[in-house]
Amino acid sequence: MAKNKRKLLQGNGACVQGAIYAGLRFFAGYPITPSTEIAENCARFLPQVGGRFIQMEDELGSMAAIIGASVTGMKSMTATSGPGYSLMQENIGYAYMTEIPCVVVNVQRGGPSTGLPTKVSQSDTMQARWGTHGDYNAIAVAPSTVADTFTETIRAFNLAERFRTPVTILLDEVIAHMRAIVPIPEEGEYEIVNRVKPTKPPEEYIPYEITENFVSPMPGYGEGYRYHITGLTHNTLGFSTNEPEEIVVKLDKLKNKIDKFQDEIMKLRVNNMDDAEVAFVSYGSVSRAALQAVSLARSVGVKVGTIQLYTIWPFPYDKLREICSRCQKVIVAELNMGQIIHEVRRALPEDIEVLPLQRYDGEILTPTQLLEKLEEVL
Amino acid sequence: MTTVVKQKSDVMLNYLRPKMKFPSVWCPGCGNGIVMGAFIRAINKLGYDRNNMAVVSGIGCTSRMPAYMDFSSLHTTHGRALPYATGVKFARPDMKVAVITGDGDALAIGGNHFIHACRRNIDITAVLINNYIYGMTGGQGSPTTPSGAFSTTTPYGNVEKHFDACNLAIGAGATFVGRATVYHYPQLEKMIMQAMEHKGFSLVEVVSNCHTYFGRLNRRGDASAMLKEFKENAVNITKAKTMTPEELENKYVIGTLYVNDDKTEFCDEYHKLMDVAQKRKK
Ligand code: SF4
Repeated sequence: MAKNKRKLLQGNGACVQGAIYAGLRFFAGYPITPSTEIAENCARFLPQVGGRFIQMEDELGSMAAIIGASVTGMKSMTATSGPGYSLMQENIGYAYMTEIPCVVVNVQRGGPSTGLPTKVSQSDTMQARWGTHGDYNAIAVAPSTVADTFTETIRAFNLAERFRTPVTILLDEVIAHMRAIVPIPEEGEYEIVNRVKPTKPPEEYIPYEITENFVSPMPGYGEGYRYHITGLTHNTLGFSTNEPEEIVVKLDKLKNKIDKFQDEIMKLRVNNMDDAEVAFVSYGSVSRAALQAVSLARSVGVKVGTIQLYTIWPFPYDKLREICSRCQKVIVAELNMGQIIHEVRRALPEDIEVLPLQRYDGEILTPTQLLEKLEEVL
Repeated sequence: MTTVVKQKSDVMLNYLRPKMKFPSVWCPGCGNGIVMGAFIRAINKLGYDRNNMAVVSGIGCTSRMPAYMDFSSLHTTHGRALPYATGVKFARPDMKVAVITGDGDALAIGGNHFIHACRRNIDITAVLINNYIYGMTGGQGSPTTPSGAFSTTTPYGNVEKHFDACNLAIGAGATFVGRATVYHYPQLEKMIMQAMEHKGFSLVEVVSNCHTYFGRLNRRGDASAMLKEFKENAVNITKAKTMTPEELENKYVIGTLYVNDDKTEFCDEYHKLMDVAQKRKK
């Protein structure tokens, strides 16, 4: 490996650099704390690489514009925070339904409503799964450091292109505004995935053909394939349908393309779990405190480990069950009133006690708090 | 693939998706069909490469139109056709991009996007079919429903004021603004051609008949009676300029209302910005 360039970056800046590395060439957004630096960085850096930045009139327009750009074949992204993420939901649903790849960054802050614009939170994890109406499958990833943000953003783009779906990056205010040295990889060092284009001629092209992996090849507008895209439930030809059989084919496609290939999406960091009797499950900035707490506890002989979820959705039920099989207690640490803990409970057998450590006052969870919790449950 | 289809009857077949989507969802006699005919003839006469053209719409009876036409068609969410189209156009400025929208879609739920697309002067043509009512949901009042008019949500007459879409567009910065009615379809066809050829944001407002709801609830008669009313009450802009506001009451002022060829276009300006940014990087 060539000696890497290194850059001092803010989390939000690392997100933009990772995105450009992954091929981002179109950003549409609306200013909102604590995500605004992502838009500002895009405004500055995208035109330098032949990309485009547009500040839209609101978040609905931002989400719409990135889908429109992606339809032409351009990799696109928007970034926002809680209130804006709520506003984007209808158009995110459109992208699920029409299977148009794009990346949505949600730099989480406290809510509901305007909530805590400058304070950290992880209270949109459920919204990332169930935010828009209807039945669908979602992908969301959560980095925990500035360097992670760079690589997880690349991963988010790759997943969006591979699965033809919107992917949410769940950042939080702490990582977004933290600064750290980030190694910048050379071109080619990380694999970049691009959507599959049709090989069939336009006359034979079936826009939503059911393929082996349920993902249909997608041409860009202007490439000679004239086809219809609609948010109405549609058949494989892309036209709206009310036929029960065709409806089921479509919704199953949305489910199966992700469900049956979850292994490609799952990513966890497992630390000190081989002999652990107690485990911390965490994600995002809380994972930093968890790692620190575990190393301190290990130094005095406590058999504790951590599991960090990089992939939040789809949730790694099976993997978690496997990794925690020898644990007696699992502590789920998160910056909300209890969201991912319910998924952990669903994943683990009843004889493993699942305990909450939650903070929702706009402050971070510290290693000390994790250690205190550990003492309490031991 | 630039082909101008000459035979009149072949034009429609050539541009429609006859096997896919017909019969349409529209009521017999709906003005939407007339507008679609004019749109297709206009594009055919312009000889555009169909592979390099996108037609985008939102939600409503009118917004079903792109599905019937053999272009790259994008039927999006309610009110958002313009920002979706903005994404397409900004990503691919070489493509021709048209938006087909209605009065509810463009001026109520999509009002914010409408004024901002005008302001940006992005090279998109919006064909706004104004039938003064929500058709698809069954006849509710819209931002263009005239004061006093009846709809299912204004059963005692509309107490609100209405938007003039053309004035709104001019005020917001659009650089080509015209109005036609479905009765005046040859003018409509020509106006769509001019709007498509215009560089910058262009609006073609088409006064149209929803006889099923607006016509019935306001005793305007069937489709042909409504068309006749458009014919009788339409006033060309040249003549309108000589008339008093009182004389113009309940008239449809038609024709090219505003053109500005001097204002710069959004994508062009951004491309200049890209050059600057790339030079600075070096
Ligand atoms: S309801 Fe009105 S607008 Fe809709 S198709 Fe019928 S006539 Fe046309």
